Amino acid sequence: MKENELIPHLFKTEYRKIISVLCKLFGIANIAVAEDIVNDTFLLAAESWGSKGIPTNPTAWLYTVAKNKTKDSLRRDKVFSDKVSVKIKEDRKNIEEFEVDLTDQNIQDSQLKMIFAICSPLISVEAQIGLALRILCGFGIEEIAQAFLSNKDTINKRLYRAKEKLRKANIPVDLPPHAEISDRLQPVLRTIYLLYNEGYYSSTQNNILRKDLCYEAMRLTYLLIGCEETNIPATRALMALMCFHSSRFESRVSPEGKYLLYEEQNEADWDMDLIRKGDYFLNQAAQGHKASKYHYEAAIAYWHCRKEDSKEKWENILQLYNRLLQIEYSPVAALNRTLALSKARSKEIALTEALKINLDKSHLYHALLADLYKGISLEKHKEHLNTALKLAKSEADKEFLQAKIEQLN
Amino acid sequence: MNEFMMIFRHSPDPSMELSPEQLQESIKQWQDWIGGIAGQGKFSSTNQLGYEGKTLKPDGIVTDGPYAEVKEIIGGYLIAKAASLDEAMKLAEGCPILHVGGHVEVRNIIPIN
Repeated sequence: MKENELIPHLFKTEYRKIISVLCKLFGIANIAVAEDIVNDTFLLAAESWGSKGIPTNPTAWLYTVAKNKTKDSLRRDKVFSDKVSVKIKEDRKNIEEFEVDLTDQNIQDSQLKMIFAICSPLISVEAQIGLALRILCGFGIEEIAQAFLSNKDTINKRLYRAKEKLRKANIPVDLPPHAEISDRLQPVLRTIYLLYNEGYYSSTQNNILRKDLCYEAMRLTYLLIGCEETNIPATRALMALMCFHSSRFESRVSPEGKYLLYEEQNEADWDMDLIRKGDYFLNQAAQGHKASKYHYEAAIAYWHCRKEDSKEKWENILQLYNRLLQIEYSPVAALNRTLALSKARSKEIALTEALKINLDKSHLYHALLADLYKGISLEKHKEHLNTALKLAKSEADKEFLQAKIEQLN
Repeated sequence: MNEFMMIFRHSPDPSMELSPEQLQESIKQWQDWIGGIAGQGKFSSTNQLGYEGKTLKPDGIVTDGPYAEVKEIIGGYLIAKAASLDEAMKLAEGCPILHVGGHVEVRNIIPIN
């Protein structure tokens, strides 16, 4: 790897490890000190490696510098060291003997605990995702801004406010008590799920960034699976869901860079290895008595990994949507349920149900109605295509609907 | 949005036993109907009631069975969100209990604070 690629790469992989270890050590209240130490470490790496060349073991170099900078901070900053020194006294060490523990085991443990600290319901979900991207995934502010279709200034402010809230509430960097794990995991899984969706469905055109977001969500879930306490059926179901979706990542974009609908995708491009992993995690998730929304969504995704249409497939998808909607309503699930109803039963039955749904402002609703009226009423079919076109916001949606209307004329 | 409880009442025929296929079909019918309510964002919760039950009376007398001196029993309930009783009645349409000679009683729920 070239030098100009090495530091950004290490920033992605090592920033989150060092900062998690330091946050666990200092407490979330001192997250700013931790950030300064890690940022200074990387700054020094950029200067020193440029003039003196890359060290033999760059990661070890970063760890050593981070450890030394931590000691410097403790010596220099009295207020800060008073807080941290309590911890050091507990360990019966003085600052000189004090060592920051950057072993794999402590890194793993610290990251896991930081997930719980950051995915706190105290801060907005958007802020949780932003902080998770920054602290747990080592994303730059620029990248986060791009992912949210926002600007650096807004993101910086949002992250600052979120950190202030965590600091004031003095959120512990620790695993919740055993009895609370399952409850406390809910917001954690939700944030990871939304992080994944941000990548999978995001409107940003940057495909590499989108893939990175999805990959990071999977990596965080993998961390949770690696810990016995957090490896609950819902965690495994979420992993299955992400594996199934990710299997179609490559096939969603044509060689010309155009987004392809499910029907247009080439099955041969689907990643069989990820589908098998999804199968594995879905099987592993089938424990306990209560199915989570991730179970139903993963099972729906499982059926979508089988391209050939069959009554059985759509019957299963319909029943899964019926259950999913009872756990949590969402307009997309309601529309997809109606589509499944038309495939498993008939267009007429689905149409009766569709007309009961009140999503008049959604272009997807009108696109679905247009689809259902096809072969029943040409006039209604056209009418709803036109309404859908008027309501559509993204260029890709508009193009798609425009093409359908032109086909009719 | 107010909440309404739909109470499913019917007179079960104890001699009738459903085959696994019939049971499957019945579950599908119920799930499709409930899914239709949930698809409108108007579902709160639902439960089926089993046949096992006893009745406690004021003088400490316990009688067997869920039957409250009538042969009709409550098979289950569903709580739905609706603006009015009329809207809740609309949601009750198509309830599978109607296909087996039963009926749905729709009642407004008064939250206890």
